[in-house]
Amino acid sequence: MTGPSRVLVANRGEIAVRIIRACHAAGVEAVAVYSDADKNSRWVQLADHAVHIGASPASKSYLNAAAVLEAARSTHADAIHPGYGFLSENSRFARAVQDAGLVLVGPPPSAIELMGDKATARATAQAAGVPVIPGSAPVTDLASAQAAADQLGYPVLVKAAAGGGGRGIRPVSSAAELADVLPAAQAEARSAFGDGTSYLERALARPRHVEVQLLADDHGGAVHLFERDCSVQRRRQKLLEEAPAPGLHEETRQRIGEAAVRLARHVGYRNAGTVEFLVDEDQHFYFMEMNTRIQVEHPITEVISGVDLVAEQLRIAAGTPLSFTQDDLVPTGAAIELRINAEDPDRGFAPSPGEVTAFDLPGGPGVRVDTGLARGDRISPFYDSMIAKLICWGADRDQAYARAEQALREFRIEGVASTIPLHRRLVGNDKLRSGPVHTTWLEEQLE
Amino acid sequence: MSTVNAALPGVFYRRPAPDQEPFVEVGAMVQEGQTIALIEVMKTFSEVKAEQAGTLGRFLLDEGDEVEAGQGVAEVVAP
Repeated sequence: MTGPSRVLVANRGEIAVRIIRACHAAGVEAVAVYSDADKNSRWVQLADHAVHIGASPASKSYLNAAAVLEAARSTHADAIHPGYGFLSENSRFARAVQDAGLVLVGPPPSAIELMGDKATARATAQAAGVPVIPGSAPVTDLASAQAAADQLGYPVLVKAAAGGGGRGIRPVSSAAELADVLPAAQAEARSAFGDGTSYLERALARPRHVEVQLLADDHGGAVHLFERDCSVQRRRQKLLEEAPAPGLHEETRQRIGEAAVRLARHVGYRNAGTVEFLVDEDQHFYFMEMNTRIQVEHPITEVISGVDLVAEQLRIAAGTPLSFTQDDLVPTGAAIELRINAEDPDRGFAPSPGEVTAFDLPGGPGVRVDTGLARGDRISPFYDSMIAKLICWGADRDQAYARAEQALREFRIEGVASTIPLHRRLVGNDKLRSGPVHTTWLEEQLE
Repeated sequence: MSTVNAALPGVFYRRPAPDQEPFVEVGAMVQEGQTIALIEVMKTFSEVKAEQAGTLGRFLLDEGDEVEAGQGVAEVVAP
């Protein structure tokens, strides 16, 4: 089947660079889009064509679906890759792409919709036979919320049905606290996601965050590419990820992968996606949410599986069947990803925009750096704080960590503060290196 | 008259959310410590507060403008 010959990359930063590279490697042209602030950016230079789509605030450029579609039309692109964030999990945008006669390098709009609402996603996972954390139906008022919490037992989490990326979640340990938190949680959900619907979930003690990478094609092919442990988080934002997840029993590993594939098949999923789970101390796992897009941490799966996930996304979007089956996939070694953000860990992770005056990247065997930045670029206050992702592979965890330590010695960024000093401390941490840790471990360390 | 300065660089907003009313209108009274605007930097929001009570004379920036640390964002006229 003939695939797209020109792909519009509806994103910025490192993921835009990553997608343009995959397009070029596949013999496909790439069109970049950019806002005022990103005029001289690296992905604009790498692309075959570039279109200015608006002012610097994301709401006036990268989130402007009409401007993105017009950029695709004017450059005769036949497909759109949305990356992560921005329009990537917007089912209306996905439909508009199809209505414009273009191919979305992503899942069917119906799957985005189904998984985009957390309460519906939960019910869908349950229907697919995937374990979920005991939780409630949507709660609309305090009385129904308190009744639900009594039944679940405190502590509980109040969650926004439309939430994602760890946003819109509040822990609550008593009925009084619930009365306090619910109105604010609903208001916050309304303001952040345009939908105030909340529901409750039992809070697990010291869980790990383990997620499974999926690929599914149009021909009934669906595989998992093993799991990643993303438990090292601060305020539910991931800072360090590993693949495979350390200390997972072989049987758990198999069952969690199978559960993710079961869910993908149940919802008629296509393209790349990730199913996120919480895993408790007894290795019971529970569905958390599904991300219907490529994720920030996809490279660690690439290096242990040998599969180029973005290239596979392009092939799937072209209607090509997966060229491998589950049995063909064998993980090799261990990989770790460190998110280098323009934040000062010693000043409460204060954001640090500004000009990057020095930018020396590390190298060597097993070391990969994904970035959208070059020396002299300005890190803009308009977008998120990611500078680069450092991905280190080793034949085993010890080698991956040792290479990460060396790479961090070489990595030099000046002009802005970064999370490199924190990562230097983390990769030398005995508890982390002997692994696994739980999702609040880092916050406890930082206190 | 006093100028309220931005404590950090970012993007200037007069409203808590795009679909909501501004924190304060020009000509309105403000109290010391009252939130009059937000600055967003890398998806993190911080509040801009009036340093003294008075009447909000004018804003020196438009909604969505980029602002540098130390730059004036509004003028408050003492009562």
